[in-house]
Amino acid sequence: MSTSVAQANRVLLRRLSLLALAMFGFGFALVPLYDVLCDITGLNRGDIQALARNTQVDYSRPVRVDLVASVPQGVPMRLTAPSRPVTAHPGELVQTEFVLENLSDRPLIAQAIPSYDPPLMAKYFKKIECFCFREQRLAPGERRTMPLMFVLDQAMPAGLPTIAMAYTMYESPSAPKR
Amino acid sequence: MQAHALEHEHGHGAPSGLMRWVTTTNHKDIGTLYLWFAAVMFLLAGSMAMAIRAELFQPGLQLVSPDFFNQLTTLHGLIMVFGVIMPAMTGFANWQVPLMIGAPDMAFPRMNNWSFWILPAAAILLVISLFLPGGAAAAGWTLYPPLFIQGGISYDLTIFAIHILGASSIMGSLNIITTILNMRAPGMTLMKMPLFVWTWLITAFLLIAVMPVLAGAVTMLLTDRNFDTHFFNAAGGGDPVLFQHVFWFFGHPEVYILILPAFGIVSQIIPTFARKPLFGYASMVYATASIAILSFLVWAHHMFTVGMPAVGQLYFMYATMLIAVPTGVKVFNWVATMWRGSLTFETPMLFAIAFVALFTIGGFTGLVLAMAPVDIQLHDTYYVVAHFHYVLVSGALFAIYAGVYYWLPKWTGHMYNETLGKWHFWLSMISFNVLFFPQHFLGLAGMPRRIPDYAVQFTEFNMISSIGGFVFGASQILMLIVVLQCIRGGRKAEAKPWEGAQGLEWTVPSPAPYHTFETPPVVK
Ligand code: HEM
Ligand SMILES: [Cu+2]
Repeated sequence: MSTSVAQANRVLLRRLSLLALAMFGFGFALVPLYDVLCDITGLNRGDIQALARNTQVDYSRPVRVDLVASVPQGVPMRLTAPSRPVTAHPGELVQTEFVLENLSDRPLIAQAIPSYDPPLMAKYFKKIECFCFREQRLAPGERRTMPLMFVLDQAMPAGLPTIAMAYTMYESPSAPKR
Repeated sequence: MQAHALEHEHGHGAPSGLMRWVTTTNHKDIGTLYLWFAAVMFLLAGSMAMAIRAELFQPGLQLVSPDFFNQLTTLHGLIMVFGVIMPAMTGFANWQVPLMIGAPDMAFPRMNNWSFWILPAAAILLVISLFLPGGAAAAGWTLYPPLFIQGGISYDLTIFAIHILGASSIMGSLNIITTILNMRAPGMTLMKMPLFVWTWLITAFLLIAVMPVLAGAVTMLLTDRNFDTHFFNAAGGGDPVLFQHVFWFFGHPEVYILILPAFGIVSQIIPTFARKPLFGYASMVYATASIAILSFLVWAHHMFTVGMPAVGQLYFMYATMLIAVPTGVKVFNWVATMWRGSLTFETPMLFAIAFVALFTIGGFTGLVLAMAPVDIQLHDTYYVVAHFHYVLVSGALFAIYAGVYYWLPKWTGHMYNETLGKWHFWLSMISFNVLFFPQHFLGLAGMPRRIPDYAVQFTEFNMISSIGGFVFGASQILMLIVVLQCIRGGRKAEAKPWEGAQGLEWTVPSPAPYHTFETPPVVK
């Protein structure tokens, strides 16, 4: 191989290696780039994802759900419901939160019991996740935010613009007595 | 394939025996090493496929545990892509590119030696990962997190293996590009280069552009696994879908890396046995280049089901379909080359014709999968498996077979056994279709891929497929026999054993001497 060719080869090798190195960097640059691209183009914003729209929701029927919370006399706890009623469409997944506080200086075990108005709604109120599914064990003075996720069944009767669900938080009988 | 070469070793004092192969910087030796490496890896990954088909012969779990099944599919895919098709194509490039452009050797012979000799290290890492606690990586050849982040030590070994394989192909590509751009014989203008050289030039650029991106992606997996970064870890604010974007930014160009050299091989063979020049040479070059450019713009057709917005789906759907246009140009040109040619059907030509027909079927199923609404049904079913085996086995692999039969006389100085070659072709061609055609039906009926068990209504097609698989596997032993026989002896090959062959490689004697074109030929 003549020296001039060898020289030209080395120059090209250097350029191509730089290209390879740059592409290695580009791989990492893709991480922020994807976010930037989605921002600029407005692609992939969760709220406008066409496919994420649930076709099983009856948007023609808004239902007001009043959520109520109470604690029997003498139990040193406070259960707070969301401050506003939520609006749910049958079939729609609704997510909200309750807050439970232990006002005493001893550990407490609590269990929430729901009741519905009208009572027949018990059948159509489908809970996906609820703090009422299990006992809540609270340390003295503990404050806890707890999720409630539900779907109103599409089959719920028409003509019920407002419904209510009340939680009463009892001290569990299995609680250690002191 | 190189017993002859020793006779031509005119007093260079090169070491003999094993050390000759370890220290060699000769492009022909290195090409031979690449091809044998691919052959050994093919037997390894092929036996994994046999185990997969044996397990899928009946519903239920018979032979392997589900976890080992997943290791088999993962390693089969990784080894076939990175250990068989890519090294085999690089082997062809090493042997043929200098011979076809009239260069004495590759531009950087020592780097060439390194590019090959790090490959076995990667293979050993993959093989020992099988014997580590927890077994080999089982998250699929696409390495998706979160699964890939959760596995044991063998997942780290797999990442290192991919780093090494990537480094090897990048070095190989640097060498190939430099050789092609700087070392052509006088008069060999770019537009006079054989199409195989063109397709490899473009492939090498693709490799330099995307192998580093894959290296980056697996590096991010590595740091997510070991150093608490959260590129893809949702628990730390990362996004597993991001990995899919980065992976397929590499992955789709990668499928063209696998097929473009195959296009090149077939474009050499069809004109030879049609005894006509290649139809539309310039359009072939432009089609190859446009396929390469478009391949960067379509990656998310592998991700239609991740919850992309409809605009994104539409874009990736139309962009993907656009690739069918330059691909169609190529198929048209191959058929037009054969049109009214004086065809003969030696084994290389048989494989090349099967390539054109069967690759086109794979292209069509690709178009079906490119339709976003259809793909949502078919994604991750056996339809996809059928699609990519039509483009990779009857595409890339058949082209490799065609190329081996075509250039074997030049490499060994002997003609191979044509009767056995034809048997190999017909057995492979028929059993391939028995193996993979039913998988289209299975996919359409909803059988998911990468699962060791299946619902009973899929039994018959799976049995047919497995039987085809066993015959296909066994037929490949025949090829090994043909090649070994041809190295040992056989009818003496002339410098130009194929009547219609064109090109510089046929101007040197068969077997090609150890050193060729030390004074460059002049191309008119
Ligand atoms: C006309 C050209 C082609 C089109 C339109 C096309 C389209 C597609 C689409 C849409 C998918 C995704 C399917 C899914 O996962 O749901 C796919 C998968 C695949 N294609 Fe193609 N393809 C084409 C050619 C090729 C070629 C030439 C190769 C390789 C030589 C190839 C290799 C693959 C592989 C390996 C996969 C599966 C990847 C995986 O998920 O493991 N395709 N193809
Ligand atoms: Cu693709």
